[in-house]
Amino acid sequence: MELSPYFEWLENTSASISIRESILLYPLIETTHVLTLALFLGMIALLDLRLTGLGFRSTPVSHVAGRLLPWAFVGFGLMVVSGSLLFLSGPVRASQNIFFQIKVVMIGLAGVNAWVFHKTIYRRVSDWDSAPTPPARARAAGFFSLLLWSGVVVCGRMQAYNWFD
Amino acid sequence: MDLYTLFEWFEATWPATVVRESLWLFPVIESVHLLALALLGGSILVVDLRLLGLGLTGKPIPEVARSASPWLRLAVGVMLGTGVLMFLSEAIKCYYSPPFWYKMSFLAAALLFTFGVRARLTRTDPGTLQSRLTAVISMGLWFGVGFAGRWIAFY
Repeated sequence: MELSPYFEWLENTSASISIRESILLYPLIETTHVLTLALFLGMIALLDLRLTGLGFRSTPVSHVAGRLLPWAFVGFGLMVVSGSLLFLSGPVRASQNIFFQIKVVMIGLAGVNAWVFHKTIYRRVSDWDSAPTPPARARAAGFFSLLLWSGVVVCGRMQAYNWFD
Repeated sequence: MDLYTLFEWFEATWPATVVRESLWLFPVIESVHLLALALLGGSILVVDLRLLGLGLTGKPIPEVARSASPWLRLAVGVMLGTGVLMFLSEAIKCYYSPPFWYKMSFLAAALLFTFGVRARLTRTDPGTLQSRLTAVISMGLWFGVGFAGRWIAFY
């Protein structure tokens, strides 16, 4: 499916133009996006550190996940909203940017990784909840989460540079 | 020697020149700065949330603070290291940037508060009012650092 006519149409909507041309709106949305990173990825990183057995080893895994993931979801919601608005301000350039494309794929993979984790090894968390070092599959999930989300951040930052435009 | 001369000297130092003359070094340092921001956010917020009676409520405050501490130190270390490199490479721009000076003021206050006041307070279980006040001040100061930091790029 060819998406570029849709992105061109999107770029000419009044919403896109008003974000693009606003002196305050664009920086404010971008600042929201960057600062919510500290909430979203901050919470995710702590859970991943627990899963890899690197940090918070004396706190049960289910407690870290149950008490911190709701905050991560709040952060994720804000990131998706602010990120969508940033995309809306320049969909043609963004969609053609290689870093943006990699970023979208990595977000998808991070989602798959989290889904697989919750559907498999996390189902039996009561067996290893208090283990300072979780089983290998849980450690792998934490490791891949850290790796993929770091990639998302790096790609997001690189997207701003017009190296491949 | 006045401040401007000092900033001129910063910008002429060897690491400043290396970062400035490289196409990819600044973006890479910036990316590492952002990754450390996520870790900093997590390790600051998990303690502040706990002080507000949220987050890891199953553990006492001193234990949450102790668990977060090595990650907080690592994050601050990486942020300072990468931050100094970016600053050196564009010291003159920073000299004229109001957000830069706001950020540095917030940063000094946030570091003093976090490692001077909050660290001492979370060694024991402080009273509710004191806990909440500490969390609000901490989040306010760090928010100031981040907000002003992002605006260095705009002004």
